[in-house]
Amino acid sequence: MVRFDTVAKRFGDTVVLDNLTFDVAPGEFVTLIGPSGSGKTTILRLLMTLERVTDGAVYVAGQPLSHMRKGDNLVPASEKHLRAARKRIGMVFQQFNLFPNMNVLRNLTEAPVRTLGKSRAEAEERARELLDMVGLAEKAEAHPTQLSGGQQQRVAIARALAMDPKVLLLDEVTSALDPELVSGVLRLLEELVRTTDITFLCVTHEMQFARDVSDRVMVLDGGRIIEDGEPEKIFTEPDNERTREFLHAVLDRP
Amino acid sequence: MSANFGLIVSRILEGLPTTVWATLGGIALTIVLSFAAGLGMLSRLAVVRWVSRFYVEIFRGTSEVVQLFWIFFALPLLVGFQLVPLFAGIVVLGLNHGAYGGEIVRGAVQSVPRAQHEGAIALNLSAANRMVRVILPQAVVEMIPPFNNLFIQLLKSSALLVFISAGEMTEISEQLRPTLGPDLVLVYTVVLVFYLLLAIVITVVMRQLERVGARRLGRVPRERRRVLSRGHAPDSAGGL
Repeated sequence: MVRFDTVAKRFGDTVVLDNLTFDVAPGEFVTLIGPSGSGKTTILRLLMTLERVTDGAVYVAGQPLSHMRKGDNLVPASEKHLRAARKRIGMVFQQFNLFPNMNVLRNLTEAPVRTLGKSRAEAEERARELLDMVGLAEKAEAHPTQLSGGQQQRVAIARALAMDPKVLLLDEVTSALDPELVSGVLRLLEELVRTTDITFLCVTHEMQFARDVSDRVMVLDGGRIIEDGEPEKIFTEPDNERTREFLHAVLDRP
Repeated sequence: MSANFGLIVSRILEGLPTTVWATLGGIALTIVLSFAAGLGMLSRLAVVRWVSRFYVEIFRGTSEVVQLFWIFFALPLLVGFQLVPLFAGIVVLGLNHGAYGGEIVRGAVQSVPRAQHEGAIALNLSAANRMVRVILPQAVVEMIPPFNNLFIQLLKSSALLVFISAGEMTEISEQLRPTLGPDLVLVYTVVLVFYLLLAIVITVVMRQLERVGARRLGRVPRERRRVLSRGHAPDSAGGL
């Protein structure tokens, strides 16, 4: 579903991703962990086309993402190509990024109406279903700023789902939340993983959650994958010394 | 109080409609040009950026009075007809203040957090929809206070129309000068008061728009005192 082929990302002299190659199968839930600055979020941002690769290529469903085929070569993508590529991908952000100039319902319906060509009534029906699913049916007319962080994040998840993504990117979605609001969002995500065939790439610091829902965990350090495997293996007997150090640091917190 | 007070006020009132129309027309043109220039300066196309920048620099960097003379006296030599004074005045007020307004629009659009662009990209909105549906509605609220300033300046600049005899308030006061010599203090004071009243009208309207805009973005209107004493207020929002 997702394929990174010797992807490099550099900002000036800083190497963020160093010739990264990996695949994610359809329906798989992959969690990316690693120390800050290891390149986890950059992987998601490349997939969402918020950044461009410096080298290599990213493929989603077999199609090159930030490049397009021209004869035998890959050339940088046009806006048109990018929009076609983004169709399959959704993203939920750490800071929710809800639109403050729209109420909750409108946040969910605007993109389906403008880009999927749905009628407003159709989009609203689907939006209300999704709000019901995330437990916020009664907040449809509310303004985003009237909601708690946890509620805003659930709206943001519903908003991403309204676009029917095949791949959903979760970028530290609970990191900005007060501790008591985290579990509600995580429970919602667990349910999504169970009930949909969406492919997930998830960056998180919630190690228990990662262990429970992931099919696979990739450990990044310095822009490279230093370990890639089943969560039980990674969390109980990691092969790599750096993985062990990192897990020690995050799990042994008081 | 001078016996001529009634006469002075009624004469100045004769010029009021022209001042008001010049100001309203100028504001309308200013808004159109501000958005065109402001968005133009942010365009992906270098040509559009360059043209917008050229317009802003030309009309911001040259004398408004000379611009007025140019449109009213020089342009007829090139095109063969002269604009009606009020219309020429509106064109110059709009062109000149639109150049300043372009920077207001550009700055406000750029002040919308990057996260809002990214949220809109993640929903696969087109570049045009991102701007029109997400970014501009938020940016417009930020533009209102600086536009308030600009519109008041435009109102006061309308006095320049005295040079092309458009018939506005300042010109009327000039007409009164030969006959009402001893009352000149009163004449000019009355004119100033009229400008002040019009400026207050502009401010009241803009403050109202600002309040409506803030509410639409879900911002709670803050009390004036709070803003000044932020950090010291016993229950300042967000403090721990």
